[in-house]
Amino acid sequence: MRVDPLLGATVLPEAEPRAWARLYDRGLPVIPLGIIGVFVLMAILAPLISPADPEEQSLRSRFRPPVWDGRGSWRHPLGTDRLGRDMLSRIFYGSRVSLAAGVITVLLASAVGAAVGLVAGYYGGRVDAVLMRLTDATMSFPVILLALILAVTVGPSFTNVVVAIAVILWARYARVIRGQVLTLMELDFIAQARIAGAGAWRVISRHLVPNTLNTLVVLVTLQIGYVIIVEASLSFLGAGIPPPTPAWGSMIAEGREFVTSAWWVSLFPGLAILLVVLAFNLLGDWLRDTLDPKLRQL
Amino acid sequence: MTSQTLARPPVIDVRDLRTHLVTRWGTVKAVDGVSFAVREGETLGLVGESGSGKSMTCLSIVRLTPRSVSGVLEGTVLLDGDDLLTKSEKEMQRIRGRKVAMILQDPMSSLNPVFSIGMQMREPVAAYHGLRGAALWRRAAELLASVRIPSPEARLRAFPHQLSGGMRQRVVGAMAIAAPPRLLIADEPTTSLDLTIQAQYLGLLKELQARHHFAMIFVTHNLGIVAKMCERVAVMYAGRIVEMGAVREIFVSPRHPYTQALLESVPRLGAKLDRLTTVEGQPPDLARLPAGCAFAARCPKVMDRCAEAPPELAVAPGHSSRCWLQAPA
Repeated sequence: MRVDPLLGATVLPEAEPRAWARLYDRGLPVIPLGIIGVFVLMAILAPLISPADPEEQSLRSRFRPPVWDGRGSWRHPLGTDRLGRDMLSRIFYGSRVSLAAGVITVLLASAVGAAVGLVAGYYGGRVDAVLMRLTDATMSFPVILLALILAVTVGPSFTNVVVAIAVILWARYARVIRGQVLTLMELDFIAQARIAGAGAWRVISRHLVPNTLNTLVVLVTLQIGYVIIVEASLSFLGAGIPPPTPAWGSMIAEGREFVTSAWWVSLFPGLAILLVVLAFNLLGDWLRDTLDPKLRQL
Repeated sequence: MTSQTLARPPVIDVRDLRTHLVTRWGTVKAVDGVSFAVREGETLGLVGESGSGKSMTCLSIVRLTPRSVSGVLEGTVLLDGDDLLTKSEKEMQRIRGRKVAMILQDPMSSLNPVFSIGMQMREPVAAYHGLRGAALWRRAAELLASVRIPSPEARLRAFPHQLSGGMRQRVVGAMAIAAPPRLLIADEPTTSLDLTIQAQYLGLLKELQARHHFAMIFVTHNLGIVAKMCERVAVMYAGRIVEMGAVREIFVSPRHPYTQALLESVPRLGAKLDRLTTVEGQPPDLARLPAGCAFAARCPKVMDRCAEAPPELAVAPGHSSRCWLQAPA
């Protein structure tokens, strides 16, 4: 504690916890992090922990029920599908597709979107008008339709799924980041930086990006869940990951004709999607509340 | 600037500066033919109501007028004889922060909230002094000490939200003098500080000026501060300087009716007043300025001649007024 001779007793406050330090104060969201952790491990360790080859067919052992059903066995803990492929192994491998699609797409879209938002907000005027109309146009285009067009014209593939979703998704980021930048640009420290001789690049990289990072992190987390659902929907429709690669969406689709007799074929991938998406959404909510409670609209 | 028989050439010499902004309500003549000059070590006060073009004049000097609107920026702004309005943006970036520094009004938002004071100070310090590492840190601490920030080393690690408004404004002051500027523009730097801190800060600015001999443009609407800080005053109204002269001269014998009204509206201790005098009416719409004197509609001494715009008329050496009252009949 120091006393300022001019101002009387001004005490330098104890280092106050900053936003990122507050992460620990609030207690980490153990359940969402745990679920995500388990699925990430599954994806990484899939070749080691899978009881069988996920693409190996065995028509003699098709539609085996899960182990707790009288007719099931430990050979196939979650049963088999209509081609006799091991469900558990397919779910393990399917988590690779879902997580990779979610993370890669969101990173791609957020990088592009944030760049557009920063440029639009910083330059304003005509640049802003053009970029924002482009954003509006993009947001009005249905993702599923674009993916179907891509699937029909160039054929379904993992790359096409990522591209189709990212090409639409960046617009959300652009709009949110631009809004933040517009607020930041009104603040004196931006003007002060420009007066101190900072050029566009310096203002954007040193002052705008660090101040929009919280928003970006929250939005990225919330969007991963959304992208996983979109990827699953595309795979369900056959416009996503082509067979025989296991993807949760296509697994649900394969089981849908047999729901009454072999419910496990569709149920387990469905549960996997539910758990992962829920975990990412909970984590995103928690990050939002912790980092910036003002971001309720995201 | 008729006389002032000083040998020193002006640091900043603004001639016929015009900043017109094209908005959807029409062309706003925010700055309309402003001329003034400030010498080394001298302080010019720029006073006027909100929207009279004070801040826009300052922003025009450093060419940082709002970029989202198009418009005109013309005239000459000579900084040590070099016209800033002909510079490229790249050249301007080198001039800003090195030759011209500026302190803005709001200390609450004048520092980047996500970086510590030290992180923000190292930028201007490194850029000007070419220092690195421990030497850079030491120089930053010295600068903080020179603006009377106690325990500067500790403050370098602090974040903006840990400092008071007065303290933050002094940090901004320290950054402004990191590269001793030729011209310091202070745009109402003390508006949001409380009175005792205000007095200290003004004293500090004067002290820094005495040490570094920069020319200063001090924007304010507080005439008390003008009396304390400035050698000369320029009174702005609707984008024009309506009266300019030495502080004493303006305070003792104001010539322009607007200046007179401004001075009368300052409450004085001991004066028996039932109510404060105000300047009647509203400032004009800068997009629809009248052809003649912009103050005519509110002027108590308005006459027929006011339909025609008055030129700048000399009242006394170094004192001019833009009013027909000064014209020989």
